[in-house]
Formats: sequence, structure tokens, C-alpha cells
Amino acid sequence: MDWQGQKLSEQLMQIMLLAFAVGAFATGYVIGSFQMMMLIYAGGVVLTTLITVPNWPFYNRHQLNWLDLSEAEKHPKPQVQQHISSSSKKKSSKK
Amino acid sequence: MHTYVYRLNVLLTEAITLLALMCAIASLSDKLNVASPSADIQVLHINWFHKQRNGNDEVSLTMNVSADLKSTFTWNTKQVFVFLAAEYETEKNYLNQISLWDAIIPSKEQAKFSYHTINKYRFTDQGNSLRGKKYNLTLHWHVMPKTGKMFSDRIVTTGHSLPEEYI
Repeated sequence: MDWQGQKLSEQLMQIMLLAFAVGAFATGYVIGSFQMMMLIYAGGVVLTTLITVPNWPFYNRHQLNWLDLSEAEKHPKPQVQQHISSSSKKKSSKK
Repeated sequence: MHTYVYRLNVLLTEAITLLALMCAIASLSDKLNVASPSADIQVLHINWFHKQRNGNDEVSLTMNVSADLKSTFTWNTKQVFVFLAAEYETEKNYLNQISLWDAIIPSKEQAKFSYHTINKYRFTDQGNSLRGKKYNLTLHWHVMPKTGKMFSDRIVTTGHSLPEEYI
């Protein structure tokens, strides 16, 4: 699952759970059945699980394009060694 | 959210939190219900009234207990426990309560009832002071919700009295 997919699945999870909770409560309250509320909500949780938990292909449509290794070699990391050597010089100069 | 275990963990936590919230609101919605129960308790006959060997008074009553508790039922009510108590005052104690009869009402359809019954539990006093005693018959009920706090109420019927002599 890529970054966009993770964001999408989390948003879907929150929206679906909240929608089912509100829907289940409203239905249960209107028809006066606590059991119906629980059944609708349980169904909603199962459906949300099936949609957001498995790694479905539509969560993988924004793959990261890593740079080729040769590209990295052309732009070497800034060297840290110079910094260390300069600081050691300072220390030595103090002495 | 990168592994399915992590997503499942988040989903279950959210689902249970929302469920708790729904139950809390369901319990609060009971407050919107204004109950208007009614009850009528009549003593039809005093079967016998005597002093036990150990010196305590005991009386047996035939009663008609009718009540309409339908309005106490809401969508969040599991059952209603109802009991009838004889309540009277003695020199020692301000309030004496003796449970005479009880029932469990499992549904709204059964909440309007009329029972012709003798007292299910013994109406016995500690001592021999029941003669000529004025007492109240009080119908108590406890509403047991599916979620939330249990609450209770009662209806008092006054003006009952026991005979001056043993029967």
C-alpha cells in the first residue's frame, strides 16, 4: 500500500464507520429496535473491514518512483568529514 | 496504516469507541421518555390473620394487582422488575417494608397486567403489632435498560388497614 493508499484507506475507514454509526442509531431509534441498531452497525463494521483492511489494488496506484542508483552517485551526499576535522582543529587550537 | 494488522487495530478501536458513544446516546435518549404509569391495588379478602407460635403476627391476603407500565418501556428497555410491598410504621421503625409479590415484565406487550393473587411471600411482622395496623400497598418497579443506569419508581396506594382481631 502506497502513501496515497494509506491516506485513502484511513479516510474511508473513518467516514464509513461514522456513517454506519449514525445510520444505525437513527434507524434503531425510529423503528424502536435496539437489536436492529446493533445488526446494522455490525454489518457496517464488517463491510468497512473488507474494504479498508486488505491491500486492494486501488490502494497502489501512486507507487513511489525511486531514483536509479547511478543518479544518486552523480549527486553525492555532502561530506561530514570536513566538518569533523575543522572542529577537531578548533579543539586542538584551544589547547 | 502500512500493514493490515495496523489497519485492523485502528478499525477495531474506532468501531468500539463509536459503539460506546452510540450506547451512551441511547441511554441518554431514555431521558426524553416521560412515563405516565398507573396502578390499582385492591385487597379482596383477608384469608387468615393469626399469631405464629413464636409470637409474630402473620396475615394472608388475596389481592388484585393491576397496573399499566407500558409507558416506562422505551427502545432501550430490557425488562422491568415490579414488586408489591406492604409499608407501615411501628414505634421502633419509621418504615417497614415487606415484599408480598413480584414479577418480571419482559416486554411492552406484557406491561399492562391484572393479577388476581394471594401474597407470594409471607406478610409477617416481627412482633404482634399488626392488629388494627394501617398500611400502604406500594407498587415499586425497577426499569432495567439495555445500556445505562437502572432506575426505579413507585406508586403508593394508601388507606389499607388490618382487622383489630385475629381471623
